This record gives sequence, C-alpha cells and structure tokens, in this order.
Amino acid sequence: MARFLLDVNGAKLPVEAPGDEPLLWVLRNRLDLMGTKYGCGEGQCGACTVFLDGQPARSCQVTVAAAAGSKIITIEGLDQNGVLTPVQQAFVDEGAFQCGYCTSGMILSATALLREHPRPTQQQIIDAMDGNVCRCGTYPRIVAAIRRASQRMATEGSSHVQD
Amino acid sequence: MSRISSEPAQYPIRERLHWFELPRRDFLKLCGGGLLVCLSGSPLRAQEAGGHFGEHELPKEIGAWIHIGPDGAVTVFTGKVEVGQNIRTSLAQLVAEELRVGFNTITMVMGDTDLTPWDMGTFGSRSTPTMGPILRNMASAARQVLTETAAQRWNTDPSRLSAGDGRITNPATGESLGYGEITRGEKLTRTVSGDPPLTPAAEWKVAGTAVPKVNGRAFVTGKHRFPSDISRPGMLFGKIVRPAGFHGTLVSADTSQAEKMPGVQVVRDADLLGVVAPGSWTAEQAAGAVHAHWNVPPQISNAELFSYLPAHPENAGRDDSDAQGSLAAVEKTLAGSEVKLQQQYTIAYIAHAPLEPRAAVAEWNGNQLTVWTGTQRPFGVRDELAEAFRIPATQVRVIMPDMGSGYGGKHTGECAIEAARLAKAAGKPVKLIWTREEEFTWAYFRPAGLIRIRSGAERDGKLTAWEHLNYNSGPSGIDIPYDVSAKLVEFRPTQYPLRQGSYRGLAATANHFARESHIDELAHAVGMDPLQFRLRNLSNDRLRVVFQTAAERFGWGKSKPAAGVGYGIAGGTEKGGYVATCAEVEVDPAGKIRLRRIVQAWECGAIVNPDGLRNQVMGAAIQGLGGALFESIQFKDGRILNPHFAEYRVPRFSDMPEVEVILVNRKDLPSAGAGETGIVGVAPAISNAIYSATAKRLRDMPMAPGAMLGV
Repeated sequence: MARFLLDVNGAKLPVEAPGDEPLLWVLRNRLDLMGTKYGCGEGQCGACTVFLDGQPARSCQVTVAAAAGSKIITIEGLDQNGVLTPVQQAFVDEGAFQCGYCTSGMILSATALLREHPRPTQQQIIDAMDGNVCRCGTYPRIVAAIRRASQRMATEGSSHVQD
Repeated sequence: MSRISSEPAQYPIRERLHWFELPRRDFLKLCGGGLLVCLSGSPLRAQEAGGHFGEHELPKEIGAWIHIGPDGAVTVFTGKVEVGQNIRTSLAQLVAEELRVGFNTITMVMGDTDLTPWDMGTFGSRSTPTMGPILRNMASAARQVLTETAAQRWNTDPSRLSAGDGRITNPATGESLGYGEITRGEKLTRTVSGDPPLTPAAEWKVAGTAVPKVNGRAFVTGKHRFPSDISRPGMLFGKIVRPAGFHGTLVSADTSQAEKMPGVQVVRDADLLGVVAPGSWTAEQAAGAVHAHWNVPPQISNAELFSYLPAHPENAGRDDSDAQGSLAAVEKTLAGSEVKLQQQYTIAYIAHAPLEPRAAVAEWNGNQLTVWTGTQRPFGVRDELAEAFRIPATQVRVIMPDMGSGYGGKHTGECAIEAARLAKAAGKPVKLIWTREEEFTWAYFRPAGLIRIRSGAERDGKLTAWEHLNYNSGPSGIDIPYDVSAKLVEFRPTQYPLRQGSYRGLAATANHFARESHIDELAHAVGMDPLQFRLRNLSNDRLRVVFQTAAERFGWGKSKPAAGVGYGIAGGTEKGGYVATCAEVEVDPAGKIRLRRIVQAWECGAIVNPDGLRNQVMGAAIQGLGGALFESIQFKDGRILNPHFAEYRVPRFSDMPEVEVILVNRKDLPSAGAGETGIVGVAPAISNAIYSATAKRLRDMPMAPGAMLGV
C-alpha cells in the first residue's frame, strides 16, 4: 500500500492503495465515485472513461501511481451546481440511453470530441466514439445528442468543459 | 394449444422452478397511513398461467399494489424490473392515466422481494401486456375507492363526482379534495376484484405520450447506482477461481501464495474456490496467485457443432415430437409442386454481453440474507438462494437496482449465490463483480441451431408446402405466418455442448432468419419480387401492414444505384409484435460488406410511450445486426476462445447504418411488449440484401465474420 494525493474533480483527495491498482477501482472503491463503470477491464469498451489532464483515458488501464499528479475529471465532475453540461443535457433531451450503463463513458468521450472538434463531421464522431460500446444499440441517438450539444455550444459560445 | 404456438416467454429452464408460499406482510406498517389497494381474483391470472407456465402454481395475490399516502404521493409496487427497456416510465404512465394523477406524483418500487408482490420475472415481452393491465385495473379501482369515499363524506352519489389531477371534485358544489386528504391519514386497505372500467387508448392523455425516462438525469450525472455500485459497511471484495474448462474438477490447489497477501482469505467450500480481500484489485491478484490444477474432460468444438446437433437428439429413441402439421401432407404436396427447394441454415452460439456484467453484494445478518444483484428474476434468484442455503425464502431478500441490461441473459442467480457463499465464509458483506471474461464464459449463451427447410410453390407464386425443422435453437417464432395448406414445423431438442438459455427474442431470430431467407429464395425461384411473393401468400393483415409500411418508406422496387448494392426485406410476428425490416447493403469487389440502411416498421397495438418504443425497436435492430454479421462464440475443449471484446466483436458506432423506425399505432388493440421481436427481421433482411447485391446466398449466422463475406 502507498499513499497518493489525487486531484479529482477539483478536490485534493488522499488515498491509500497499491500503486499498481487501476485508477478505476480507486475511484469506485476508495473514493466512492461510482459513476465510472467497469465494462471489461481491458480498455475495449470505454465505460470507464475519465479525463486525465483534459485527455480522455480508460481508467482501467491507468494505475493510481500513474494518475497521481494529473488532474482527474470523472462524470461526477461535469455538472456545475446542478447545471448539466451541454453534452449531458443533450443526452437527456435525445433520450440517448437505455440501460444507461455506458452513458458516463459516452459523455466523457463525446465531451472530449467536441472540445477538439466543436463541429464534428460524421467520420470524426465515429472515430472518436468507436471505442465506446453501447450494447443496447442507442448509437444513432448518441450521435444525435453529440450534434445537438455541438449546436448548443456554438450558439452559447461556451464549451462548459473544464480541464 | 401446442407448445409451438404458445409463444414461450423464456427458454425452458431444465430445473424445477420453486415456489414458496409466503406469509402476507403488513405493507401498511411499511407505508404509513393512506390507502393501499390490492387486486384479487384477477382475470389476468388466466393470461399469466398461459403457455407452459400452467404447470406452476401462481400466488394467491398477484400483480402489484398501489399506495396513496396522506400527502397524495403515489407508490406503485411491482416485481417487474427496469433493465433499460424503460418499463419504469411506461408503467407509471399507465398508472397516472387511470388514477388521474400527475406523472411526477408516482414512485415505482420495483424488483425488491421484500417490498413487491411475487413476480415470475421480466422477460418474454410480458411487462406491458400483463403488468400493464394489472396496474391499470388497480389504479382504476383505487380511483373508484377514492371517489366512493369522497361521496360518503359529501353525502352524494359517486357518479356525480369527477377525478382529475389527483383530486376528487364535486362539480355541483365546487367541493374538492386531494387524494391524500380523502384518507385523512388513516390506514385504509381495500381489496378489489373484477374488471373496473379502463380508459380507452384513444382517450389517453399521459399514457401514449413520449414521457422522458424518469431518472434520465441520474444516468448523465453518474448518480444512478447500478447493482455493481452498491456498497455496504465493512464490505469485502470477492473473486472466484474458475475451472480451466467446463465440467472441470479440481485436482489440487496451492493457495499458500494467495494467503500471504495482506487481508486475503481463501475460501474453499465444496465446489467453490475463491478469495475475499479488502480491495477488488487485491482480490483479483490473490485469485491469480492460486495455483489450481483441473481435470477437464474433452469436449466438442464449434467446428463440429452442426454435425453434432442433429446426430444427438435430446431423447434418443423416444418420440417427444411437438410437431405441428403433417409430414404425409407435406410429402404429397411437395411431390406435386412445380417448384421445390431444400436448404439448411445454421446459427452460431452468441453471448448477451451486457455492458454491466453479473454483479452481487451479499450480506448476512444471522440467518437473514440480503443480496443486491442484477437479475431479470429477483424472486427466482431469491428462491435459488433459499435452495442453495437450505433456508426458507422468507429469510432471503433480493433487491434489484435498475441494472446495466440483460437481453435475456440475467435470469439466473449464480453470481448472487457465489457472493453469498463468500460472504458467509468471510462473515462480512461481499461484493462480487464478474469480469468480462467470466461473463463471456460462465454465463449462458443463445442456443446455436441448425434449421432444415423444404418448400414447394406453384409457378404463379402460390406457396404449397412447408417443412421447417429446428435442431436445438428453440421453438419460438417457428410457425410460418404465410398461408400454406401442407406444413410441418417442428422443434427438435438436442444435446448441446454449451450452457444455453434465454436471449432477446429467443429462437425467433434463428427461425425468422431461416424462414425469411428461404421465402426469399423461393420468390427468386418462381421469378417473383420478394415482397410481392410474401403478400401473395399472406392474409395476416397486421403483418401485411408492416410489410407495406416498411417497403413504402424504404422505396422498395426502386432500381439499384450501383453494382454491389442490394436490397432485402424480411418480417414476421412474435409475442404480439409485428415487424418488417428492409436493408440496404453494399459489398465491394473484395467482399467487404457495409450495411448502409435499415428501415423497420413496427406494430404492437396501442403505443404506451412512442419515444421509449422507438428506442427499443431501433436498439433491437442494431443489436440484431451483430448476430447477423459477426457475433459468434468460438469454443474448444470446454473453453471459450474469444471471451473479450477484442475478439468477440459487438456492433459499434462504425457499424451503424442509417436506421429509420416507423411505428404503427393501433389504439384499438391491446398493447403488446416490444423489447424483443424488433430483432427478428434484421438478419434475414441483410441476407436477402446480400443476395440481391452479389447473387450469393449466405445461410449461416454470422454471415460476415471479420466484415468479409464468408464465401
């Protein structure tokens, strides 16, 4: 066991964990941030996506030791004072979920995409999102939600995305 | 009625289903004051007892309860569960409609064996057609009770009063009371029976509308707690050490290395070998540090599967046929038919691969066991736990938080039992989440199948003879909806190599793949347009309508834009749903296939929530394209060879065609379930489109492993 000071959603949080423990399990089991999901543990499904220093990362593939020192943002850190981000709101508005288990990872990946490409092409959406699995098959609605969020962000001139 | 036409709602589970009589619990104690309405002697019992469920005794009180608190809050108790099909929202809409309350006043308590009435389970597209009417009856009866109580208070006739927005009003006097006020905080229990008047779908104001998913916000903020997110004080994490293959027996296990790890306890309990640890990562490493030797018997591989199945009937030498129709009539008619065809189709084993794997948290308090777990059958899992631990079911509580999907894959309680065994050994609550590899290996699969079809037709397009034999995959959707005088359809159970069970749509996908591919072949053989050939032989109006609706939107009959592009159509009916699917595919010269467009028309009676329904029908089509094109479980010697998403390909964004869903709303017909049958048309529509594009007929699912045509 080792001690780490993690920067999660803007807060400095001390944790004690084996250094090789995946960040996913530290977030979920030691910090009670359950919004980040386990889907495969192999970086193949995207359910555990978080931001590390603003870049999307599979938290099942990053050790806590490697994540310490980075700014970590999870699904719980997106909305501010109860106000949903445009991407979160677009998922609600489009009903872009069924069981909702993939939704956290989808929203993080979509948020990263829109930061890089505020008006993404269809191909850019597919390229950015292809690593995220929705077994319920709501892909067309997720694409629609990404487009809706893109439009809203263009209108409001703000990405609502923090690092 | 034969087994074939009874639309089995789940794959028959070999083991006996257990039923424990439970003492009636005092729900008013739990609910506090207010009105509790129970339904008894429901005519719906006949429906619930339909098909092959007739053999099981049903509880004396079935269905659900509705409680109206002193503050007017409405709580609905049902044993159904939410698995992504949006039933939490759509059932609440039906209650709001009949009770005449705002949608937001309703809280649904679902799938908790201590809080909700017994329920068989959430499968078979049954929640809407069976639980829907039960709740509507109860809500209507509750409204009657409230109206009568108010009438007594005001000394007037109930027929003079009206109900709306959670209030009873006397239009003559202007007097008005909220539902909560009518009970005056007293505990009222009413048991109602009979068939109270229900609001026709044509007059629905809340039901029938696109109410958004009730807790959608909790999913986009990460706040919803799935079964795998449950945490208990002092909880440990478990991990099972699995056999090296199916039917493996433990020869020896060296656990010394694992036992040296901090906080790790190794659990050996009869056939169970596992570990518990204070952290899930430590538990995983400890399980990996157990050096076990297993004796695994040789077993067949998927390469031998389709010769194995027909050669190994389930009951060799015994006639247990459930054949529908006459072989003699088929032989005679075939002999006289102008066009004859005979073909064989195969369907591989596939996995449900729900994104949330099996998960359970088990906690013992003395002899009382509580398990939070993801399952479509909380009461079934409760009974499995009771049986496993030889305790009365009254000592077991199963709680099912809305879970990360199931698709028919979470009927069983193996993870719950494992967690409870570990928890018992550890003396502390234990969480067990199956790994993706475990989920791909130790769950169960959609049965593989082999289907043989013989058919006859006249040159003018009249279908004359039909024989459909299904080996192993199942009887669901096996009967032919087309008009044919001489037919034989038969499910032949066989021995099988992998653990198999329910899957969205059951065998209806396999049977529709074979039948609708074959019908297409027959249409080409007689030189008719495949849609015209179907309509020529189809008198089922509801099915005709969806075929025509899908074809019209798709632009069926238009000329193909380029070489290598093809159009296909397929459809059918099962579980009260009617579907027709058109597909457009493109196959490049190298054989790489691209599904470009799907148009799907759907009808299931009166629509309860068009937004949720559209989501289900679209999702079914997209899930279906995986099994159609590339999903396949590979196995050998008791091992699954592709138990990871890297090797077992599921549909992703890059596989998405343009998808259009057209809903046909029949407000004059009862609402049927919609979670499953939307999947059945996709594979044959794609197969038929590939033939249209390439003149190559693919008769094996998956058709294009690796995105390349297997030809």
